[in-house]
Amino acid sequence: MSTTENTQWKLWEVFTQPKQGEPYEHAGSLRAPDKEIALQNARDVYARRNEAVSIWVVPSECIAATSPADSGSFFDPANDKVYRHPTFYKTPEGVKF
Amino acid sequence: MSSKNKPGNDLFLYLLRLGDTSLVLSHRLAEWCGHGPILEEDIAMTNISLDLIGQARILLGYASRVEGKGRSEDDLAYLREERAFYNVLLAEQPNGDFACTMVRQLFISSYQFFLFEALQKSADETIAAFAAKSLKEVTYHLRHSSEWVLRLGDGTAESREKTVQAVNELWMYTRDLFDMDSVDRNLLTAGIAPDMNLVKEKWEQKITGVLKESTIPVPPSDAWMASGSREGKHTEHLGYLLAEMQILPRTYPGASW
Repeated sequence: MSTTENTQWKLWEVFTQPKQGEPYEHAGSLRAPDKEIALQNARDVYARRNEAVSIWVVPSECIAATSPADSGSFFDPANDKVYRHPTFYKTPEGVKF
Repeated sequence: MSSKNKPGNDLFLYLLRLGDTSLVLSHRLAEWCGHGPILEEDIAMTNISLDLIGQARILLGYASRVEGKGRSEDDLAYLREERAFYNVLLAEQPNGDFACTMVRQLFISSYQFFLFEALQKSADETIAAFAAKSLKEVTYHLRHSSEWVLRLGDGTAESREKTVQAVNELWMYTRDLFDMDSVDRNLLTAGIAPDMNLVKEKWEQKITGVLKESTIPVPPSDAWMASGSREGKHTEHLGYLLAEMQILPRTYPGASW
């Protein structure tokens, strides 16, 4: 049995901050051999048109993610618990939120 | 020719030298479009190419106003012959492999970095403003190319061999970057252009540092050097490049889209 060597570079997830003070958003992913090149590639691929003021890159393997199989136990129980939403309170007039 | 001694002509020639270098290197990098080793690097090289075309537009546009003969920036880019181009010889050298392109970029970005740094203090306000704006772009080009030379030189045996070869092949065009003729000396006296000997010192320090860190031997100081760009004398490669770059506007004069 023959195996094909994986010659691809490591996969990275890119998060960009559109403006100072705003949360980082997932922009996409890319391949790079190390942190510095990952940052440069992220700049060129996802921030070349003025989309960001700051970038995070994270090795994809470092991200723990839920799998579709988890969705039943993770998310379904939230479906019928409307009382978890604070919509039953009356908000006094003049309160800003 | 008597017009050769006019100060305006010195400035015009100087702007062509800077502008042609950005234009020709931009074209070389654009040749990588769709051929990059990976998608991310394909985009990186064309990004640099677009920065350089922006520089060329500012410089040739200003050259057109300084000349004042009604030749537009496009006329200057597309309707001059090879011998009327004044880009540095290094800019026109073929892309070769990726190592070769990155070494060429390192050499030229480093040259532009220290040159533009000095030009920020130019007595010519347009040039000073151009230099301040472009220095930010070049700072990134320099970071990108030096990080790559570092990884290629200190990478696998194959990447190292290709990088050593690229340095050895391109080294002979590095003195041409700093050659000074009467145009440079007149503009130096006028406070418009810097002393290229000082730019060269900083360049050598930077390049020696990057090459040493990359475990690439620095070529000997008595290596043979080519020159000629100041007089519009080029290597065999520029003519072919211009043929490709200029064919459309020359075949369909005034074409637009």
